[in-house]
Amino acid sequence: MGELIAFYLLAGIAVATALAMVITRNAVHSALFLVLNLVVVAVFYLLLGAPFVAMVQIAVYAGAVMVLFLFVIMMLGAERVGGTTGLRWQVPLAGALGAALIGGTLFAFLRAPAGLAPVGSPPVPFGDPAAIGERLLTTYVLPFEITSVLLLIAMIGAVVLARDSGPEGK
Amino acid sequence: MVTLTHYLALSALLFGIGAVGFLIRRNALIIFMCVELMLNAAGLAFVAASRYRGLLEGQLTVFFVLTVAAAEVAVGLALMVAIFRTKRTTNVDELSGLRG
Amino acid sequence: MAPFLVEAAIKSLILVLLLLTGFAYLTLAERKLIADFQARIGPNRAGPYGLLQPLADAVKLFFKEDFIPEYADRVLFVLAPLITLIPTLLIFAVIPFGPELTLFGYRTRLQLTDVHVGVLYIVAVTSISVYGITLAGWASNNKYALLGGIRASAQMISYELAMGLAIVSVVLTTGTLQVSGIVEAQRNGWLIFLQPVAAVIFFITGLAEIKRAPFDLVEAEQELTAGYLTEYSSMKFALFFMSEYVKMIGFGALMTTFFLGGYLGPFVDLYPGLGVVYFTLKVGFLIFVLIWLRATLPRIRYDQLMSLGWKVLLPLSLANVMGTAVVVALTA
Repeated sequence: MGELIAFYLLAGIAVATALAMVITRNAVHSALFLVLNLVVVAVFYLLLGAPFVAMVQIAVYAGAVMVLFLFVIMMLGAERVGGTTGLRWQVPLAGALGAALIGGTLFAFLRAPAGLAPVGSPPVPFGDPAAIGERLLTTYVLPFEITSVLLLIAMIGAVVLARDSGPEGK
Repeated sequence: MVTLTHYLALSALLFGIGAVGFLIRRNALIIFMCVELMLNAAGLAFVAASRYRGLLEGQLTVFFVLTVAAAEVAVGLALMVAIFRTKRTTNVDELSGLRG
Repeated sequence: MAPFLVEAAIKSLILVLLLLTGFAYLTLAERKLIADFQARIGPNRAGPYGLLQPLADAVKLFFKEDFIPEYADRVLFVLAPLITLIPTLLIFAVIPFGPELTLFGYRTRLQLTDVHVGVLYIVAVTSISVYGITLAGWASNNKYALLGGIRASAQMISYELAMGLAIVSVVLTTGTLQVSGIVEAQRNGWLIFLQPVAAVIFFITGLAEIKRAPFDLVEAEQELTAGYLTEYSSMKFALFFMSEYVKMIGFGALMTTFFLGGYLGPFVDLYPGLGVVYFTLKVGFLIFVLIWLRATLPRIRYDQLMSLGWKVLLPLSLANVMGTAVVVALTA
């Protein structure tokens, strides 16, 4: 029961912050709501027995990616650029499509009986860093290496794109 | 008892909110954040599935998604800075010219 | 469930109280020591040897006008000091202050919680501690404050990487992510002797992360009046002030835990209580070094800060991680 209450509480926060992020006018506030959302999802990861992923989520997403976002927003002074204006029919259409998307997926999830079955508690060292590290460097070593190449490319790309004046944008 | 369906439903909800935000917002930076929100929702579904199926692969996927997202943000924000430098805006409606 | 919660509550209460008094007297110690370094007398009016000075400061701050600029983002302006303080307090949750001991017939560890991803937790919490200052700068709606905030985020992103890599070499050497495990692994020798390069990198990057001199560009008085603090007064200023000193203690505690053997010392197995004494002494020494550095070194320039972080510390720490990995792989 306590688990269920915790779930609904956290889920409420997650949905509220996501909505606030989409609705709020100010890009800095949006970024902060997204940070809150990311932290709540990290708490879900902890509840789901994935401490490693949870900590990486906070360190990389909330700690680095979103700081970079804030940095760029503040540096460009782009807090209030562009509201929800644009094409007039776009907002209701987007809302309808979004509702259809959510409705459809919810319908599929709720109907599938396999999705309802809670598998018993997992083995104790489930998401621990050692297990993840071992799997990463044995079975999934190829994607792991490709990711490192991707990161290198991204770094070079960011440097090339943001060049021409000073050390901005990373 | 919190079942997998709870988590999947939450994930679908978050993904949907992100998708709607992606469609209605005009600030490229916020559109970007909506993409992050959707990635994050998918990550939640992966970790939940990983827990309920007893497989580690879901968590590994999220790990990879995190890395790719970090790379994507680095390049995307660099692009945004470059665009802002020439156009003085990040409103996607005003970024319709083909010449830089 | 319940005894665990009670234990955690008692421990956190003691921890917070200790940190609060530690903060109060750290301000006095810093002023006294700086005065000594500069051949002045320092505060000596409030009580014997100025011992009541922190109290007087607190009362003074309490009665100052609590000012919010008209065009500030009011909510974030009020929240920013709290957002700064909370991560600095969170760090202490995983730091072991002493070995396992029996207290009133109850066997416990002098550590709030010993999670098995403790090191990752530390990295995660330090990485979110930048928000408070950045937001304070932005919410003030003042150009000096904004510049301070932007500098803070750039500085912390730049130095976080090298700091993380220094911690990675510690983890590689000890083979554990559990903070208590790292301390226990130093029984045969402190890590500062095994990992001198990592220790130096951690010290420098730590200085930059807590924005102490010579890395205090964020609040450089001469260029930015007071940086992100420009618009803050009264209790909100006090909160920033407090988090700055708590960060000093936190930095000392982390450095001690990672490189100076934590609570370990002679006879600590016979008298576990001694662990706390050793820990306090080591942290005290590190804080003394911090104050000493502040009195000695001039502030570095912004371009020097960036080139030191990206061109010196980052490659050095990468090389150190590689070297450590090779040695660990060969000796394992």
